[in-house]
Amino acid sequence: MNIMMLLEMAASAFPARKAFYDPTVDQDISYEELLREARKKSQVLRESGTSRCVLLDTTNLGIPIALFSSAWAGIPYVPINYRLTLDEIDALLERVQPAFLITDGDREPRYRGRNALRVASRDEFRDATPINSNDDFHWSMEPDEVAVLLFTSGTTGIPKAAVMRQRHLCSYILGSVEFMSASEDEATLVSVPPYHIAGIGAILSSVYSGRRVVQMSQFDAGEWLQLVREHNVTTAFVVPTMLARIVKALDGRTTAGLPNLQSIAYGGGKMPRNIVERALDLFPETEFTNAYGLTETSSTITVLGPEEHREALSSRDIDVRRRLASVGTPLPGIELDIRDSDGNSLSEGSHGEVYVRGDQVSGEYEGRGSTLDTDGWFCTRDAGYIENGYLFLEGRSDDVIVRGGENLSPGEIEDVLLDHACVEDAAVVGIPSDEWGESVAAVVCLDGVVSVSELQDWVRNRMRSSRVPESIEFWEELPYNETGKLLRRVIRERLSP
Amino acid sequence: MAVLSTGQRLKSGVCTTEIMVITAPQEDLDLTCGGAPMTANGDESNTGLNPDFADGTTIGKRYVNVDGKLEILCVKPGDGSLAIAGDKLKLKDSKKLPKTD
Repeated sequence: MNIMMLLEMAASAFPARKAFYDPTVDQDISYEELLREARKKSQVLRESGTSRCVLLDTTNLGIPIALFSSAWAGIPYVPINYRLTLDEIDALLERVQPAFLITDGDREPRYRGRNALRVASRDEFRDATPINSNDDFHWSMEPDEVAVLLFTSGTTGIPKAAVMRQRHLCSYILGSVEFMSASEDEATLVSVPPYHIAGIGAILSSVYSGRRVVQMSQFDAGEWLQLVREHNVTTAFVVPTMLARIVKALDGRTTAGLPNLQSIAYGGGKMPRNIVERALDLFPETEFTNAYGLTETSSTITVLGPEEHREALSSRDIDVRRRLASVGTPLPGIELDIRDSDGNSLSEGSHGEVYVRGDQVSGEYEGRGSTLDTDGWFCTRDAGYIENGYLFLEGRSDDVIVRGGENLSPGEIEDVLLDHACVEDAAVVGIPSDEWGESVAAVVCLDGVVSVSELQDWVRNRMRSSRVPESIEFWEELPYNETGKLLRRVIRERLSP
Repeated sequence: MAVLSTGQRLKSGVCTTEIMVITAPQEDLDLTCGGAPMTANGDESNTGLNPDFADGTTIGKRYVNVDGKLEILCVKPGDGSLAIAGDKLKLKDSKKLPKTD
């Protein structure tokens, strides 16, 4: 198995179709050209004698070439977060060299000349040709070869390098995407960065389905709306902060006026319910899909589809309405289990930790090996429960607040706070308490005037009293990382004396 | 007859079909296309395309045997039909999934 096979199939079935388009330079690349470039660059990588291909750059046409040529050359592709500090980037580079480093022109001088790096600017990489062209050089079909090393976002500590082997990525695509299922006039707008698992997933699933990718290197809500309109975009994936900004950019409008946009998928973090409901109003012709997945599971593992969104919105049944807050049901080939802290399986409806099993689940980190248990189950460290087959998430299990022996889900309390008309954003964390072990603290961003005691009453009238925040602070904004993950650690640090 | 392994690529000896093994049981199997054995190099078979096994293969489709333990992907289409010991493989039903990323 090799992801190169996916590209080879695309290039043989629809060679001249446009595969990727970069609007900033108004250039595109067809599947046939992408295959040709991957062949050429794989030999460049091979001749460099390096053992990793590191990408430190924003989205551009070189990114799919780097991903596929690495697979062809048989070396791991390692996209690194360019928003990290220079020191943080150096620390990650130390862990993956000797490496072929592709980076933008501004950064390139900093790395040029380092012993363990062979540096190419974005343009140099695009122009590179092998010294000895070899047409018999084929990729390996060994399923255990490492395709991608992806550093987790490290919101709770030092980033871990998740290992994705060829079989994990191929299983994900073969299990979730129908070959050539997109028509020639379909296009997807990819605004997630290349170092995010959804960015990798987007390249692979678009190639296999034959859907043209419109690349967006720097997310901006206004530009996003403009790109959708100008390039006849039919599908898009967004993380929660992106959708929140898109909704905000459409403030005062009754509709986005984008009838060609057939579907929006969202995921990568907890999506506030009020944003989804507002988005459903603004995009009446658009189907919405919620996808839940992790880096360690090769992207999506559960899906709440368009029909389920519609059904939940229009149903009188409270259990069906609640499904809008779920992440849906598992993909074919994926099994879920909810377990207690000792690893024992719990019955449906019980709250615990989410475990997942399936061919696309890697659960492996470089230097630490596989974290799967003997039966192949991976512990996601997400807290949640299953109801009528639907998975509901309650945040990272580390974030669950243990107050006087009772487990409280921050997400539930946040949802109640967000239902208040004056609350624009809310985060709930546990802070050390002599009396309770942990107590409930909330940080709220306001859009209107409301007092702390009024908000406490608001929660008290809707939830058990143990869930009422003992303290509430008003902040201008909450700390998020650039892909929309709430940085609870930062909030806890600022709140704890 | 051979034990097939995940990721293995095989070619037909009587048409242009090429496949990749997705999952296979740990047992000897007689995988044919167009009535002739499939091999790594697509060694040409002198039997020609058997008209009883000439329904054709479709690129991107997955094929399974009766017990579902063997699953293969067609990566290049051709005129033959895939079979195990004379039993034609069936197209695997795929549930239509919403696009996620």
